[in-house]
Amino acid sequence: MTIELKSAVKTIRGITHIKPTSLVLETGHFNVLLGQTGSGKTSLIKLMAGLDPLASGEVWMDGRDVSKLSTQKRNISLVHQFFVNYPQMTVFDNIASPLRVAGMAKSEIQGRVEEAADILQLRPMLNRRPQELSGGQQQRCALARAIAKESRAVFLDEPLANLDYKLREELREQLPELFAERGAVVVYATSEPEEALLLGGRTALMDDGVVTQFGPTAEIYRKPGNLTAARVFSDPPINAARMSKVGTTATLDTGASWTVSGAAADLADGDYTLAIRPHHVTPVPAGTDYVKLSGKVLVTELSGSESSAHFELGAEGWVSLAHGVHPYEVGEAHDFYMDASQAFYFSEDGRLVA
Amino acid sequence: MKTENQKAWFFVLPVLLLVAFNALVPIMTVVNYSVQETFGNNVFFWQGLDWFEQILRSDRFQAALGRQFLFTFLILIIEIPLGIIIALSMPKKGMWVPVCLVLMALPMLIPWNVVGAMWNIFTLPKIGLLGYFMNDVLGVNYDMTQDPLAAWITIIVMDVWHWTSLVVLLSYAGLVSIPDAYYQAAKIDGASPWKVFRYIQLPKMKTVLTIAILLRFMDSFNIYTEPFVLTGGGPGNSTTLLSIDLVKIALGQFDLGPAAAMSLIYFAITLLVSWLFYTLMTKDDAK
Repeated sequence: MTIELKSAVKTIRGITHIKPTSLVLETGHFNVLLGQTGSGKTSLIKLMAGLDPLASGEVWMDGRDVSKLSTQKRNISLVHQFFVNYPQMTVFDNIASPLRVAGMAKSEIQGRVEEAADILQLRPMLNRRPQELSGGQQQRCALARAIAKESRAVFLDEPLANLDYKLREELREQLPELFAERGAVVVYATSEPEEALLLGGRTALMDDGVVTQFGPTAEIYRKPGNLTAARVFSDPPINAARMSKVGTTATLDTGASWTVSGAAADLADGDYTLAIRPHHVTPVPAGTDYVKLSGKVLVTELSGSESSAHFELGAEGWVSLAHGVHPYEVGEAHDFYMDASQAFYFSEDGRLVA
Repeated sequence: MKTENQKAWFFVLPVLLLVAFNALVPIMTVVNYSVQETFGNNVFFWQGLDWFEQILRSDRFQAALGRQFLFTFLILIIEIPLGIIIALSMPKKGMWVPVCLVLMALPMLIPWNVVGAMWNIFTLPKIGLLGYFMNDVLGVNYDMTQDPLAAWITIIVMDVWHWTSLVVLLSYAGLVSIPDAYYQAAKIDGASPWKVFRYIQLPKMKTVLTIAILLRFMDSFNIYTEPFVLTGGGPGNSTTLLSIDLVKIALGQFDLGPAAAMSLIYFAITLLVSWLFYTLMTKDDAK
């Protein structure tokens, strides 16, 4: 089972929502679409689902061109961020609705619905109406409908975004298992980098209506192809600063300088953009090669065992994320240390060079 | 120590006064008339519940009440489905939306007596456009001043013309509030248009439809101006609805006692039926 996009383009009233995109999505692992709000994740899903027409290009499923096929005939499921269930039907009827439309035998429907209900722990609620359920249960009902249908492709469009923290964690753990042996292509859209990392599989980074990078999630995290990709795949946002390199000496615009090593040492002399994830910028140096930076602390946050500090570095706002509780004085200058060996270097045109 | 006093009552006072002048005092005046016989020079005689009994037993009242129920039943059964159908066929977005909305709102903006006068002139045989067209062009015998059936058809059509828009606008508001996601879910399941209507649009319109039915019931049950201007309750008594009859008794014959008793009965019926409607339509949600 595969879904293949061949330079698919989507335009609505003259505005291009999806620029020419080619992508092969396979079964056996989660395919995560990661991008900020408005980057085109939902648009891309709608294209694949056949809910919106292609302006040009093709969509293939299982080696067959389905570009002209209606949504119903593509045999897909879609779970939304909002809990979409038929309000007047019971949970049982909601899960059974696509099977009934498909004209399946009563006994088989019963079996499939009960199986899906068991997986999602909805057994006791089968006779209730959606509005009598909690948000998490409503979303589980929508998920059960997708599972019972046993469709060829399952699209999950930020399905956990409207759930509370606890439920989100719980469902996120269950989701990969739920779909693991079903043989469907699972596409999962999210705006949270952490979610992409936890769900694993493959990730397609999206930005401004185009897939900028696609590959195994961990690999993309380690090697974001360009600065935009690095920004999308970092939460809190990645720190960036202008930098120049002469010989083996790198100097930030703000004055800090250090001796570069590793792949960065082979870079030609010139100007680059350095980017580094917040947890590689700490208030205490963990090694002798850490580069000392100094800036005025603007905001501090303490979340559980981690403290983060937003500080000014030249004209840029930087973030430090470190374990433990650290005494910051808002408005005062504070020293931070950057693990330069973990930094990304981008060329002037934004490509990753080291 | 917490000091206790009765100052809070002062805050209730304005509402109390408002309700008193708005509802209580007028109604009590009517109650006052309904249990007494009134002569000139403010001479009153106690009658007890005689007027109520007389009204409820009178053929005239029963006939008017029957006509009133028939009228309300007919306009509800026409206007509600028609309003939903029009709302469903209106565009959901684009430049035609404001045009449609304004066109829909127009009939409701016309003063009620003007509506009656318009339709009167429009339908008069020989003079009116419709009257002339029906009689002299189509050759159909149509005269709402002589023929009770024609008069009924005319007041029904007039009310449908005047008030279907209200149902349309309310239904439309309900329809546009349905998120696209529901339609997408239906598309993915391959649901037919009827099923989309039955399981998505109708349930989502339920609240506004309840309001539409209640408003249309109350307004049509209390209707006075338009049919009075159009037919004056005629020909004969054929279109004399409750409120028209009431005014005839109160102002035409100056029988204040019976008119007051009839008002209260009229009010009670409207209240009772509205309550029944509301309870039945919201039964499911209360669970």
